[in-house]
Parts: sequence; structure tokens; C-alpha cells
Amino acid sequence: MQEGTPIIEFNDVNKVYPNGTVGLDNINLTINKGEFVVIVGLSGAGKSTLLRAANRLHDVSSGEILIDGQSIVTAKGKQLREVRRNIAMIFQNFNLVKRSTVEKNILNGRVGYYPTWKTIFGLFSAADKQQAAANLQRVNLGEKLYSRADELSGGQQQRVAIARALMQEPKIMLADEPIASLDPRTTVMVMDDLKKLNEELGITVVVNLHSVSLAKQYASRVVGLRAGKLVYDKQIGDVQDGDFDEIYDGKNQEVKEA
Amino acid sequence: MNTIPKKSFAQKWHIKALVWTAIVLALFIASCAMTGVDVGAFLTGFNQFMQIFYEMLKPDWSYVPFTIKPIIQTIQMALIGTLVGSIIAVPFAVLAARNIVTNTVIRGTIRFILNLVRTLPDLMLAAVFVAVVGIGPMAGVLTLAIFSFGMISKLFYEAIETIDMGPIEALTAAGATKTQVVWFAVLPQVYNHFLSYFLYTFEINVRASTILGYLGAGGIGELLQRSLGQFRYDRTAIVVIGTFIVVVVVDTLSNQLRERLQ
Ligand SMILES: Nc1ncnc2c1ncn2[C@@H]1O[C@H](COP(=O)(O)OP(=O)(O)O)[C@@H](O)[C@H]1O
Ligand SMILES: [Mg+2]
Repeated sequence: MQEGTPIIEFNDVNKVYPNGTVGLDNINLTINKGEFVVIVGLSGAGKSTLLRAANRLHDVSSGEILIDGQSIVTAKGKQLREVRRNIAMIFQNFNLVKRSTVEKNILNGRVGYYPTWKTIFGLFSAADKQQAAANLQRVNLGEKLYSRADELSGGQQQRVAIARALMQEPKIMLADEPIASLDPRTTVMVMDDLKKLNEELGITVVVNLHSVSLAKQYASRVVGLRAGKLVYDKQIGDVQDGDFDEIYDGKNQEVKEA
Repeated sequence: MNTIPKKSFAQKWHIKALVWTAIVLALFIASCAMTGVDVGAFLTGFNQFMQIFYEMLKPDWSYVPFTIKPIIQTIQMALIGTLVGSIIAVPFAVLAARNIVTNTVIRGTIRFILNLVRTLPDLMLAAVFVAVVGIGPMAGVLTLAIFSFGMISKLFYEAIETIDMGPIEALTAAGATKTQVVWFAVLPQVYNHFLSYFLYTFEINVRASTILGYLGAGGIGELLQRSLGQFRYDRTAIVVIGTFIVVVVVDTLSNQLRERLQ
């Protein structure tokens, strides 16, 4: 284990959904600055619940979650929004506003830095507009700045979502199965983009993936969930080929990926 | 298996249709009797109607210039009324939408107010506003604003309830305030719906405002009332033709715009 500075800490975190489903079962997990963590597990294992607890899109039932040392479980109002601002998120379904332009979508990532009234009058600074264009160029889609989001392919939309996430100047990037609705070629582009953010900008990346082979290819550390429990946690150098049988219930994981 | 069956007795003599006709006739006669509608009077009135109709066949074309201003006023009333009502409807619709406001007390209260507003008949509103703010277009505008508010807020919150929740999640995760979430993730998704409902309500309001004038709430309806009162059916004809043209033009334009919005 290499030493590092913790940036996300889950301490004894439990989550039970109102209907009684256990989402997270006593999770203890510390993620350090600069890591590229891939979370694997069967569908329903609790991967999405874990990510959504980290930026409090979901409340947890008990336990503590610290972001850069600050509790997000108890944060309220402006304080909560400021913690969230440092945590970008990208989604399986991209979650762009399809009727808006790419530029507007990217600027949406910046609204947390402005008072509400300024954003409503569209008063984004020239610097932020330039940054929006620059972030789009970073994901190689510069010429799409003024297109409507729904004119883009799935892979392009996901890269716009990455550009939007970068507007937050985040310290952490959460990605919930970002490639699940993409074809193999765009999958590589999106994963490469995430890897670049991690290496060039030093952003801590946490990605949920179905695919064990992608996990091995990109991760610096692999975490496994099963039925809400953390059942696996290794640095990439220690990962053995047979390891994933336990996470995947002894079933052939490549079948699971299909 | 494959032989065609004989029609039953009921099928052969269309018993069902006959019974229904008899029931409807009986109900009609009974309700005429109960409400005191005199069908005979309607028939004698028909002669008078034909008389008026003959006079209307000779329209007083020199009256046309006097109808221009009231017609413009009618359209203005409808436009301002629809605009004011629909803008006020936006925040109410947002607060009434199940997927935006999870607090059932707030949502329930808002919906109760909206339901209440929708039960107010527009003619009654017009009568009340004429009494309160006096005869003139202001009463018409207020009536149409409230009517538009009730109608658009309901159509609009139903549209909001069908939006994609993904962008809401994305904006929330980025640290947006509730207002920013609504402004950037909700409203862009229902903007076209809103324009379409606006045009549709405007159409209805143009038609309604021609009637409202009759109650003294401004617009072309006032000329209708005046010409009828003076038995100048040749002028009534002009008013009717003018109203007809305005309604058809507005409906056509608005329909074309709405089709383009889809
Ligand atoms: N809103 C919800 N209400 C009730 N149960 C839920 C909800 N969201 C997820 N779950 C349940 O919690 C468990 C974990 O779900 P999830 O975190 O989405 O898993 P994963 O992302 O690994 O597929 C599953 O059993 C799922 O059915
Ligand atoms: Mg999931």
C-alpha cells in the first residue's frame, strides 16, 4: 500500500432504501488523491449507490463520508453546494439537456460558482466561456460548440458531459458506468479522456464499470462490491486473474460483461 | 364452424338503437317540460331571426373603419391577458410538479389553488371585474389573465412531469441551487410546450374576448352589443364578419406556429 492523502473517506456507511433494500452494508473505504479507482460488481451490487452517496445525490442511513476532510453527510445549503462543486459526475445516460446547445450544457457545469441571479441573466464571464470552448477542445469536439446536444452521437455526448464536468474544476470525478451505452471504439475514447484527466490534471477518478478487463486496463486500484458489501480492494499491481470469481459469485465474469 | 349464424331477433329489428332513441326522446321532452323551454316559442322566434338575417345580408360597409380600433383592442387584450397569465403560471406549475417538489404539503396547496382558479367561469370573472375596475379593457385583461393562468399552469405542470430527470441530477451534482436546477435543467426541456400552450390559450382568448366586450369588458364585443341595442343589424353584420376574420387569421397563424414547434 502506498501512502497518500485521503480525499474520500467512507466510515461505517450504511444505506437502506425506504423499501427495505440494503444498498450499502457497512462500507469502510478511503480513496487517496490522484488515484484512479474502478469499482466492479454485479448489477445491483450497490456501485451507483456508493457514488451517489459520495456527492449526496442520495442520503445515507448511517455512517460518515468525508470529502477532503469535510463531512458531506451533515453539510447543508451553500456549504453542501460548495462541496459538490468540487466533485464532478458523469453518467451512463450522459444527462445533457438535449434541446440546449453544447456550449450551454458545458456552462451548466459552472453555475455553482455564480450567484443564482447572475446565471439566470446568462452573465457568464468571458473567461468561463473561453474555458468552455477549451474544455470541449480537450475532448476533441471543438467544432460542435454551437450544435444542439441531441444532434451528437452517444460517444460525443459523453465527451461533452466530460467537458461540462471539467468546468467545475473538480478535485474528484465520479463516473457511473460512463461507457455502458457506448460502442467499443467510443468506449476507448471516453476511458482515455478520463485517464488523461487523472494523469495530466491530477483529478482523483472513481469509475463504476461492469467490465473487469477495462478495470484492469485503466485502474490504479480495483474495488469490488457484492450485495452492498465491500468484498475486494487491491492496487492494480496485486490483482490476480482469478480474483474476480468471488465478486462475480463464481460465475464467468466475461459472460457477465456481455 | 364456418356457417353464418342467423341474426337474433334483437339484431334483426335493431332493438338496441330503437330503445336508445326512445330514451333520448323521453329525456329531451322531460327536460324541456321541467326547465320550461317552450319549443313553440323557439319556432316563432325563428321568423324573427330570419328577419334579422335578411337585414344582415345588407352590411353597412361604411361602418368598417369604426371596427378597426376595437378589433385591435380585442387582440391586445387577448395578448396581454395571455402573457400575464402564462408568466405567472410558470412558477406555480413548477411547484405543482410531482417530480420537482417532493413536499406534498406545498404541492397539495398549490394544486388546490390551481383547481380552484380553474373552476371560476370566465363570464363570471368578467362580470366581477367590470364591477370592480369599471367598464373597459382592464376588466377584460384581468379576466383573460386569470383564465390563462388556470389553463396553462395545469397543462404546464403535466408537461414538466414528463421530462428527463437526468439533467436535474447533473445540475444538482454540480452544486446548482434549486432555482438554477429549474432554470437550466427543467425549463429548457419544456420551452416548446410552453410556447405551444401559450399560442393555444391565445387562440381561445381571442374568441373569448369578443364575447367579454358584451359584458362591458372592452374590445369588439362592445360594438356587437351597441349595434344590437340600436337594432342596426347592418352594422352587426360588419362586427360579425370582422370577428370572424380575426378569429380565423389568429387560429391559422397559431396552428401553423404550433405545428412547427413539434
Ligand atoms: N431508489 C431505490 N429504491 C429502492 N431500491 C433501490 C433504489 N436504487 C437502487 N436500489 C437497490 O439497491 C441495490 C443497489 O443498487 P445500485 O446501487 O443501483 O447497484 P449497481 O449500481 O451496482 O447496479 C439494488 O438492489 C437496487 O435494486
Ligand atoms: Mg448502477
